[in-house]
Amino acid sequence: MADDSRQVRLFATCLADQFDPEAAMAAADVLEAAGCTVAFDAEQTCCGQPAFNLGHRDEARQVALRHIRLYDGTTGPIIVPSGSCGSMMKVYWPTLFAAGSDERAAAERVAKRVEEWSRFLVRDLGWLPERDAEAPERRVAYHPACHGLRVLGLDGEAERLLAATGHRLVPLPRADNCCGFGGGFSVEMPEMSGKILEDKLDCVEGATASGAGTVAALDIGCLMHMRGGHERRTGTTEGHGGCPAYRHVAVLVRDALRARGERSDVAPGPRESAAGEP
Amino acid sequence: MHPLNKRAKQALKDPVLMRTLPEATRRAVDKQRDRWRELPDVDALRDRAQEIKHHTVRHLDHYLTTFEAAAKANGVHVHWASTHEEAIGIIRAVLDRNDVRVVAKVKSMATEEMALRERLEATGREVWETDLGEFIVQISGRPPSHITAPAIHEDVASISRLFHEKLGTPQTDDPERLARFARDHLRDRFHQADCGISGANFLVAETGRVVLVENEANIRLATTLPRVHVVVAGIEKVVPRTSDIPVFLKLLARSATGQKLTAYTHELRGPRRKDETEGPDEMHVVLLDAGRTRILADEAARDTLDCIRCGACQNVCPVYQAVGGHAYGGVYGGPIGAILRPQLEPDRDTRRLPYASTLCGACESACPVKIPIPDILLHLRSRAVASASDERLPRPGWIAEKATVQAWYRSAMSPRVWRVGGKLARLFGPARPGRGSFHRLPPPLSGWTKHREFPRPAPETFHAMWDGRKKKKSAAHPIGRDEDGT
Repeated sequence: MADDSRQVRLFATCLADQFDPEAAMAAADVLEAAGCTVAFDAEQTCCGQPAFNLGHRDEARQVALRHIRLYDGTTGPIIVPSGSCGSMMKVYWPTLFAAGSDERAAAERVAKRVEEWSRFLVRDLGWLPERDAEAPERRVAYHPACHGLRVLGLDGEAERLLAATGHRLVPLPRADNCCGFGGGFSVEMPEMSGKILEDKLDCVEGATASGAGTVAALDIGCLMHMRGGHERRTGTTEGHGGCPAYRHVAVLVRDALRARGERSDVAPGPRESAAGEP
Repeated sequence: MHPLNKRAKQALKDPVLMRTLPEATRRAVDKQRDRWRELPDVDALRDRAQEIKHHTVRHLDHYLTTFEAAAKANGVHVHWASTHEEAIGIIRAVLDRNDVRVVAKVKSMATEEMALRERLEATGREVWETDLGEFIVQISGRPPSHITAPAIHEDVASISRLFHEKLGTPQTDDPERLARFARDHLRDRFHQADCGISGANFLVAETGRVVLVENEANIRLATTLPRVHVVVAGIEKVVPRTSDIPVFLKLLARSATGQKLTAYTHELRGPRRKDETEGPDEMHVVLLDAGRTRILADEAARDTLDCIRCGACQNVCPVYQAVGGHAYGGVYGGPIGAILRPQLEPDRDTRRLPYASTLCGACESACPVKIPIPDILLHLRSRAVASASDERLPRPGWIAEKATVQAWYRSAMSPRVWRVGGKLARLFGPARPGRGSFHRLPPPLSGWTKHREFPRPAPETFHAMWDGRKKKKSAAHPIGRDEDGT
């Protein structure tokens, strides 16, 4: 892979910007740990998916075009810490413009550079942190969010990142089932969405019963939805009283890398001494 | 509250449905997955099936007239119906001419669309649904709720009660006994029936034959015993050649009922010939448009016509799994209904159906002919927005939706407005340890807080955090700067 593939631009996503900036920051930190330099274009806002999903294509098209123009003058991979926004940018942006138009060509140029965060690290860069055998065991249930799974075809990248950083994956029953978020759907069809969410939370509780204290996903939206539902169900805040913590995979990976760094700063880990033996 | 939401709410209060549905759909999904795995290359097979459908749908005029000529040569009467009413008129005329009093009917979505049973019953005829599931649905007086498992919303206990009330049979918890009760009841009807009415799984253009699949042998009886057989088939049911049929047979039962193949596969040529012992004296095929050419004309939605009515998208859909088919309020529920009905019966209510989806994509993954259902849902949503914008009297909620989208649009188009918006949102109190989430919010977020807490905005946006990080970094590596980072 050419060297400039490590000069990446982060598309933080609007939800991370407003509700979970730590997730996007962690995504940047891990990219740096993988040897990338990360640029952030402060002009960015939202990929346009909220309007697109509601059927307001004119507005979605304008917002997409604004970002396509913003990125078309730059180079390097555009990394998105979300399977959903990643799908919008990589798959749906070009479809918003007439075939043969300049806008379409630009959209396709940019879309080609868009990559979901975990897939970029594991598949494009071939990067995985060395397996951390010394890390205290942290049990995590992973929810493979729908757009990453079915539109982008993510396949085990997040799980591999988590496993390499000392997380033990606890099976989430019927993991492939949607959490019921669906953007505007959660607000406009609360009865259906609420019921799907209840079923998902039942499955999550199957995993927490097996010791998972954290639920991980690659999408802030799904995490917000499940966390909000679980907090409502348990009447508490995440991480307390039967409600697991809901975290972006990047946060878990970054924190584990940091903890490992701190451990090896204090004393050389047994792994290093073992490596010295014949 | 929108009727769709109201019906969903009702469904959630139906204890039988809430008990039967999750188990039945999950079992169906598992079985489909297992059966697909047995195929050497299911993906290639699905591609092949899709290819045949795409080709046929794009040459529908040719294949339909080829079918018509071949069927006529077999002695079949072929009728063209551009609307449901026309189809009903054609069928009534056939029944009148043959003095038909009793009809043995076979489950078919095309006849469901036009409520054919009810319409014929209204003319004073006896019409019996002869599939077990459809028979249950008929005597219950409730509509079917699944394409291939029409009584999926019932359980053994409720069916036993129903049979006891309507047929006078003893209560039992043995499903096989229940099936026998229905069989005993229907057996006489088959003998009385002057006419069998069925749908078609496939019409083969080159031979003019009708292919039907089933498990209960009621199709066998309904299409051979009565004097007259009427087939009602949507025009999209045609395929070019007999050699195309195995491609679909390999996929259809696997996707619908989790079988390798249904117990029976019929290929019907036409009325009984002089040297034959079985079959009707007269056979009719009614080719039904009823909105299908409209779908054909819309390039972005055309793949809707590829559907082979297996019901796999319903089984796998989280929305369908949650509330069942009745919540969709029409003949077709689930993802296929959400794309088919707004096109077949465009009105204000059905226009809302494409919104009854999380766009999770499970339907497309389960579809044996790979219909891009999420993309068609999105397309139909954009059409719904265009229609709503043209309406003088907008639907409830439209003004609020439009205003929300406009507010989002203004801020997403301008980094400055975006920043100001972020600041405004933080006036309501950003997240802080000990400060809870929002428990109840006004519209448009009231739907969210019905079932979940809404998070407070983070103390700082990512934009602000990134600025801070840049400053910290340049302080740590003060290239060309003073030590204090100024």
